[in-house]
Amino acid sequence: MNGFAGEDLVCERGARIVFTRLRFAVGLGGALVLVGPNGSGKSSLLRTMAGLLAPLAGRLTWDGADVRGDPFAHHQRLRFVAHTDAMKPTLTAIENLRLWAALAVSIDERSTGEGNADTRCRHALAAFGLAALAEVPARYLSAGQRRRLTLARLLLAPSRLWLLDEPRTALDSDGAARLDAAVAAHRQGGGIVVMALHGGPYPDGARFLDLADYRAAATC
Amino acid sequence: MHALANPSRLVRLAGTYAPWCAVATVVTLAAGLFLALIASPPDYQQGESVRIMYVHVPAAWMALFCYSCMAAASAVALIWRIPTAELAAKATAPIGACFTFLALVTGSLWGKPMWGTWWVWDARLTSVLVLFFLYLGYIALSTAFDDPARGSRAASILALVGFVNVPVIKFSVDWWNTLHQPASVVRAGGPAIDASMLAPLLVMAVAFTCYYLWVMLLRLKSEILAGKIRAIQLRRMHG
Amino acid sequence: MLTAALAIAGREFRLAVRQGFDSLLAVVFFVLACVLFPFGVGPEPAVLARIAPGIVWVAALLATLLSLDRLFQTDYDDGTLELLALAPLPLTAVVAAKVAAHWMMTAGPLLIAAPLLALLLGLAADAFPALLATLALGTPALSVIGAIGAALVLGARRAGVLLALLILPLYIPVLIFGVAAVDAAAFGLTVRPHLMLLAGLSLAAAVIGPPTTAAAIRLALR
Repeated sequence: MNGFAGEDLVCERGARIVFTRLRFAVGLGGALVLVGPNGSGKSSLLRTMAGLLAPLAGRLTWDGADVRGDPFAHHQRLRFVAHTDAMKPTLTAIENLRLWAALAVSIDERSTGEGNADTRCRHALAAFGLAALAEVPARYLSAGQRRRLTLARLLLAPSRLWLLDEPRTALDSDGAARLDAAVAAHRQGGGIVVMALHGGPYPDGARFLDLADYRAAATC
Repeated sequence: MHALANPSRLVRLAGTYAPWCAVATVVTLAAGLFLALIASPPDYQQGESVRIMYVHVPAAWMALFCYSCMAAASAVALIWRIPTAELAAKATAPIGACFTFLALVTGSLWGKPMWGTWWVWDARLTSVLVLFFLYLGYIALSTAFDDPARGSRAASILALVGFVNVPVIKFSVDWWNTLHQPASVVRAGGPAIDASMLAPLLVMAVAFTCYYLWVMLLRLKSEILAGKIRAIQLRRMHG
Repeated sequence: MLTAALAIAGREFRLAVRQGFDSLLAVVFFVLACVLFPFGVGPEPAVLARIAPGIVWVAALLATLLSLDRLFQTDYDDGTLELLALAPLPLTAVVAAKVAAHWMMTAGPLLIAAPLLALLLGLAADAFPALLATLALGTPALSVIGAIGAALVLGARRAGVLLALLILPLYIPVLIFGVAAVDAAAFGLTVRPHLMLLAGLSLAAAVIGPPTTAAAIRLALR
């Protein structure tokens, strides 16, 4: 099938099975929302989806093909936003984005989107309402502004799969609205989004994956 | 191979073989010490202090042997992703470090009557000293993480890096030594070694190897069991 | 891939410039460590001149060691490293770019300060070129081997001391050949074989180091 899917995933963290026999499937343009209590493995699942964590068992597929067959292709198609912001406080907002823009260029020479790296950085900043702060060093940004800057990384070049770990953390209502708009536009273009969320609003037509359903049985 | 990768079977195997290794250690060590201390003649040059060599030389061999075992186990662990091999390497490290320390101490004790000083920057002794630091680094790294699995995995990489470096260090130390004190040092051993001396050396080496296997099996067993206990505790906590 | 590697290295340089004096701390330490020796062994010129190559090299080793803690640690803490691991170029190339940048930023200042220190310690004038040549050829090995250690200790308790314990024994061959070359030059002997050995060490390290470092980083990111 087309899209992103996981089959019988088992995840182990420090000798503990976090979730087991987990399955999911998202079609093109789809959204998958991960819910579950703290420690249920939402972040671990996102990191597994990104390829940072190898699942103990099971496999991830893209359009039916195992993503481990071509990890670079998988890296090319995904954008990952974790809790950390990957910002250097001494660099300005736009300088922080430039490295990721450069890497996005080398990702896929054909579909880097419109304009050169600098314009793309400015577009991404504008989309999250940071245009006026482009030349401000990141250390002067507030937590919400830093979050916006982190999310702006998503828009540097088109990609197929967004993996977002609680993206609304620290965002105000304007920031959340801009995020929702970005997600909607991404899905409009056939992109897939997987996000861990604590509470709504949820994207239209989203599927839900409750990680509490996949806990390992507590037997010794 | 797969039998060894299974922790439960490995614990059973270790439980079966450890007592035999213990018996072999006691027998060969008794024989070796008898040969080394009583049955063999004193050296015409070194006198009675040659007997230190019967501990020093096998200990130095074991220092290298244990490091090689560690590197081999680490390679197996990293290539075939077998966690029990990591535990075997981790179990080997302190034993190897002790043999290395023994080699250093006996070398120093032997050096006092021979060279008139406790320590000489002799090429062999210096290499063994560096090896000791490599062991310390491995042990420190393997215990430096809150997640023990992470520590033993990182230490496996270090063991391989160290193993690649051992010949380079040996070569460079030999080079350095010949530059600074050209062949003035009395070398132990050499090609002309009498059978009466070779026998205790070899028996002691066998005894040390048996001892290594015995203690390694015990440590491996307790490492695996400790891992199981941790897993059970975690499950209790989150279950 | 080359553009991506250049972008990574370029960012390292930009960061070093922004952090200003921070990036020069290693070379300040280098100078200070060398200056301590006359206080330790006495100001007698003959003694100092004899041990000058050793002093400069040991201090260079320690200065490199000190500079290593920032190589991956900040990127690891703020999540940059995992994004770099997800970049569509091999992690080995990312490591190579970062290590090359690190080498230029640490070895460069050391090379500039070294002749000054050699002068202070009274090293024979004939040995100056050899000192610079050994530092230029040997420091790549220091950076590359150090990177392995820096990646291995990511997330460890007491990472700084641990790094020293892991790395310093592995630096011994570089130290031996580096000092031997300068000594040889000071005594008017041929320097070439020592330099060849140093270059060989650096080359071998450059081949083995980055993939090993990448493996260690992947392990740290799990």
